[in-house]
Amino acid sequence: MSDFEPGDQASIASVTDRVRPVAIGAAVTAIHFLGDRAAFVGAEESVALVDGEGDISRVTVHGGGILCTASDGARIAMGGDDGKLAELNSKGEVAVLATDPKRRWIDNVALHPDGAVAWSAGKTAFVRSGRSEDKTFDMPSTVGGLAFAPKGLRVAVAHYNGVTLWFPNMAAHPEFLEWAGSHLGVVFSPDNKFLVTTMHEPALHGWRLADNRHMRMSGYPGRVKSMSWSAGGKSLATSGADAVIVWPFASKDGPMGKEPAMLAPLQARVTVVACHPKQDILAAGYSDGTILMVRLEDGAEILVRRNGTAEVAALAWNAKGTLLAFAAEDGEAGLLPL
Amino acid sequence: MPSSTPQKIPVTVLTGYLGAGKTTLLNRILSENHGKKYAVIVNEFGEIGIDNDLIIGADEEVFEMNNGCICCTVRGDLVRILDGLMKRKGKFDAIIVETTGLADPAPVAQTFFVDEDVQKNARLDAVVTVADAKWLSDRLKDAPEAKNQIAFADVIVLNKTDLVSKAELTEVEARIRGINPYAKLHRTERCKVKLSDVLERGAFDLDRILDIEPDFLEAGQDHDQHDHEHHDHGHHHGHDGHGHGHGGLKHYHDEEMQSLALRTDKPLDPTKFMPWLQNLVASEGQKILRSKGILAFSDDDDRYVFQGVHMMLEGDHQRKWKEGEPRESRLVFIGRELPEQIIRDGFESCITS
Repeated sequence: MSDFEPGDQASIASVTDRVRPVAIGAAVTAIHFLGDRAAFVGAEESVALVDGEGDISRVTVHGGGILCTASDGARIAMGGDDGKLAELNSKGEVAVLATDPKRRWIDNVALHPDGAVAWSAGKTAFVRSGRSEDKTFDMPSTVGGLAFAPKGLRVAVAHYNGVTLWFPNMAAHPEFLEWAGSHLGVVFSPDNKFLVTTMHEPALHGWRLADNRHMRMSGYPGRVKSMSWSAGGKSLATSGADAVIVWPFASKDGPMGKEPAMLAPLQARVTVVACHPKQDILAAGYSDGTILMVRLEDGAEILVRRNGTAEVAALAWNAKGTLLAFAAEDGEAGLLPL
Repeated sequence: MPSSTPQKIPVTVLTGYLGAGKTTLLNRILSENHGKKYAVIVNEFGEIGIDNDLIIGADEEVFEMNNGCICCTVRGDLVRILDGLMKRKGKFDAIIVETTGLADPAPVAQTFFVDEDVQKNARLDAVVTVADAKWLSDRLKDAPEAKNQIAFADVIVLNKTDLVSKAELTEVEARIRGINPYAKLHRTERCKVKLSDVLERGAFDLDRILDIEPDFLEAGQDHDQHDHEHHDHGHHHGHDGHGHGHGGLKHYHDEEMQSLALRTDKPLDPTKFMPWLQNLVASEGQKILRSKGILAFSDDDDRYVFQGVHMMLEGDHQRKWKEGEPRESRLVFIGRELPEQIIRDGFESCITS
């Protein structure tokens, strides 16, 4: 079904002719910007660093599949099925941060702006910060996701039936936020007031951290795999439906009792979302290869990439918001300067 | 093969009670020179004596889906591991999932029905159960897990046949058949079985769903059975099964776990059959371990095939009925304390008059 394009999309403003195609040539699972270079993280072994001119240099980081990535803008931390936690800096230098003695998969990784790194292998979560020794914490079940709180050294660890809030440098008991089901991804709101998880079932779950009140965010036809906070953290954009589902977080109650906005509906599933770092705009990628830029305020759309290709696998903005990078599952990628 | 998607990676689930020989079979699969590469998900790391970067340790983490259905459990670890393995697509041909000896095969099988991502990339090929010829009969009495594993199997590797007499072998096979007459059964010593008999069977493939013909042939090959008939009756007096001869064949009826076969050469009414089947698995799904069927609907020139695990069903139009092929509907249920008469009556009511 690649022939509905004229009627459907002719009226939409298009910037498709401004996209610089980049041929990565292998499956891409994530994109992060390191300075001015876009780092396209492959499904296996290597990262392709692409500069503004479209020149590609490849760096090998793992001896197998790359399972998870996190970036703070200065470096990318990656966990692999080779049992290694590796780091790539903006010069393209690779360092191995940790090796699991049992060669277990490194399933999750998170970075803190002050330099701390958290990772997990099976049920065990690890944190390394500053000069101190690595801290470890065994969860009741396999870790599904990790996130650092924006303030202080606090790690949210998602697992079955809830989230553990762990303070690696304190003897205090970790806090446990309970909700039945399997929690796979976790994010704090930028203002540190809310915690949101993606679940195995097609739903999000949230907690208001002041009083641990629950927020159920359900109704998705598919599992939510991509979440992105808008500039300023007033809303959370998500994948998983045939429109971008945007939950309001501006008030003290967050999305409790409110309906989400449904932007940019298409006859395809949203697979990945990325909010612009400065303006109230987001980029959304779909299962049919379409990429749109969408204004949060009124849902106005600009076409970045047409449908009819492989599923969009990754999207990222550079820190200034002047460059959008994207990649499809088949390794077809591009850069859009704005 | 219209309804099978070739790029989906076949997954074999390997079950079997403690000590039956799962690890022996796995080691054979991994060391034999067959030109294929397998990714193996094991529950106890280190038992496999072969160095392979595609051997992954798993934790058998079963959780309930939040959909109000208590037997709708899936293996969360498997969802995660399969997702990770897909990053290395092209580096292996098939996946083998070993379960622990005490595991219920249902959550593993259900993972392939429920999870959207798993379904997209992988398909359940067959449940292969390794059984210990010497001890299985005892385990069927005292270990519900062992019985589940036999009931669930598409292929049964009856191992350690060199440790039992011919009579004991006949006895244990009859017990297996009392629970699951539809699985392919292979007798082995030290799990020496042709790998093509256990791998890439397509047993869960809707295209090859079944022969729903009971696989009694192998049990019938023994002729010295009458000598032991009497002994069997005496020995099992008061236990949960009873044996009786049928001209050289021996049948056991397991009082707890049964299979039920239904058949009609009259067309089924789809507007009655589908709601009936869905209601049946919704209300009795905890008892029904496996269900399979080939269906002939009225005013429909296509064969319809379905299969299920507990409350989950999947089905599709498979192909046109062939010229001269009898348009017959056949269904099989394997389960615990099946309400046989209710199922038979319900099925009858779906036949067009």
